[in-house]
Amino acid sequence: MSIRQISVFVENKKGSLVEITDTLAKENIDLRAMSIADTQDFGILRLIVSDTDKALAVLRSKNCIVTETAVVGARLRNEPGALASVIRVLSEGGINVEYMYAFNGATPHHAYVVLRVDDNDKVAELLLNEGIKCITQEQVSEI
Amino acid sequence: MAEKYWQKEIETASREEIKAIQSERLKKTVKHVFENVEPYRKRMEEAGLTPDDIQGVEDLYKLPFTVKQDLRDYYPYGLFAVPTKDVVRLHASSGTTGKQIVVGYTQNDLDVWDDIAARQLCAVGADENDFVHVSYGYGLFTGGFGLHGGATKLGATAIPVSSGNTDRQVTILQDFGSTVLCCTPSYAMYIGETLKKKGVDPKTLSLKAGIFGAEPWTEEMRQQIEELLDIKAYDVYGLTEIMGPCVSYECSQQAGMHVNEDHFIIETINPDTGEVIPNGEVGELVFTCITKECCPFIRYRTRDIGVVNTEPCACGRTFVRMSKPMGRSDDMLIIRGVNVFPSQIETVLLKMGYSPNYKIYVDRVNNTDTLDVHVEMNEDMFSDTIGVIKANEEKLEAELRSLLGISANVKLVAPNSIERSMGKAVRVEDKRKLLGGKK
Repeated sequence: MSIRQISVFVENKKGSLVEITDTLAKENIDLRAMSIADTQDFGILRLIVSDTDKALAVLRSKNCIVTETAVVGARLRNEPGALASVIRVLSEGGINVEYMYAFNGATPHHAYVVLRVDDNDKVAELLLNEGIKCITQEQVSEI
Repeated sequence: MAEKYWQKEIETASREEIKAIQSERLKKTVKHVFENVEPYRKRMEEAGLTPDDIQGVEDLYKLPFTVKQDLRDYYPYGLFAVPTKDVVRLHASSGTTGKQIVVGYTQNDLDVWDDIAARQLCAVGADENDFVHVSYGYGLFTGGFGLHGGATKLGATAIPVSSGNTDRQVTILQDFGSTVLCCTPSYAMYIGETLKKKGVDPKTLSLKAGIFGAEPWTEEMRQQIEELLDIKAYDVYGLTEIMGPCVSYECSQQAGMHVNEDHFIIETINPDTGEVIPNGEVGELVFTCITKECCPFIRYRTRDIGVVNTEPCACGRTFVRMSKPMGRSDDMLIIRGVNVFPSQIETVLLKMGYSPNYKIYVDRVNNTDTLDVHVEMNEDMFSDTIGVIKANEEKLEAELRSLLGISANVKLVAPNSIERSMGKAVRVEDKRKLLGGKK
């Protein structure tokens, strides 16, 4: 079970990020989650959005370099220890996490964590065994 | 498809015939410059030579070289061998590597030029039914007029689009049914990218061949252009000082450029000692004009590094072939004491899957030369993880270090952020020169 994440190449210079966010804003694309990974020269902007296909198309039309990745979106109770339980599951399951980022949901009870791992289905199953549900692409709009 | 020739008899003549023609024409030309160009006469006298000492191509090595600085020293008309009343056209070099130089043509010189350009067009399969789309600049630069003259002589339809206004280039390619495109290879790439961006399928165009030259390019770039434009891409060589484009021309075999040996004699020399070296060995290419009337330069040092191949060619032409120049000593950068040609960097980029849009920055920090290469990111090399991108970048740096012998810092930049050129691409910014320090 996975959700669609868009990654965008961002050159490390003034104005590159605003160009991307403005483009998405103009097209009425809602950002559900985002994170940025950066190096000295460039960054990777990672996004979960309301309309992935449209976002990919408008970014490409603006000559942005983009790629799509399937990631796991786990839904947690928004309370102390929730993330710790996820990490424990992954650790015990021997799962290597490439990167992750967490964010609060629209409702006060839920938080979400996005995981980039090798085997999405295996991770979703491990989490479900501990009572942690992963969301589907359709559920992204409910975040 | 049968090989097409413009002047088959001479293009496929025996080596003995070619040598005899060269010897006779060389003798005549040496006499012509001795009698009509004072600097040539003086130099020959200084070397203790008279025209009688040159009895054939075997005596060529005795003659002094001509270099670009001579054209600057005797600027504008000091090396012309005919009175200006006989000169019907002037062209000048772009002056990107120093003060501009000027050359003149008599009507007969232009006729020769048209013929050799027509040979080039035939060699890529063109005939009177073709539409030759010339996107080289028209003007003092020889590119535009050179191919234009060849197309006209051939009886094809010349389309003098000149360079620039890429949207219009595309419209003309579509509406006028251009079949042969002539421009710089970097501009061909740009036209190809523009087609892609506009969603124009190159298969819907009538284009079948391209004649690209005037700047260094690589085999990898040839493949990219062939894919982007769905054509066969051919190499052409020339320089203003000798004639303009088509001094040598590629044939259907795409394996080196045939030198028009009935008009120019090619030699390879050791650039440091000036000694003639055997064909097949890498050296500086030197040309002697043997039919020109206005500017018949003798043993002109091109600064281009290349190889002459005397193997017979499957196309049937008997003219020797020269390799694509591996570099131009004018373009050559000396970084930390190592000779670096931009074309080497381009080769690595294309091989590794990066775009050929790059810019080289050379600087001097704390008395050490630095080499930075800016490369545009593309979707093939992009990833959602920094580790993958960094690994690709490190691989590229390692490859550059192994080929160049010095290390380069690669910086990945946004697509389309490196300026596209309409003419010769400006690939290098040497900031050391701005400091006024010595190179």
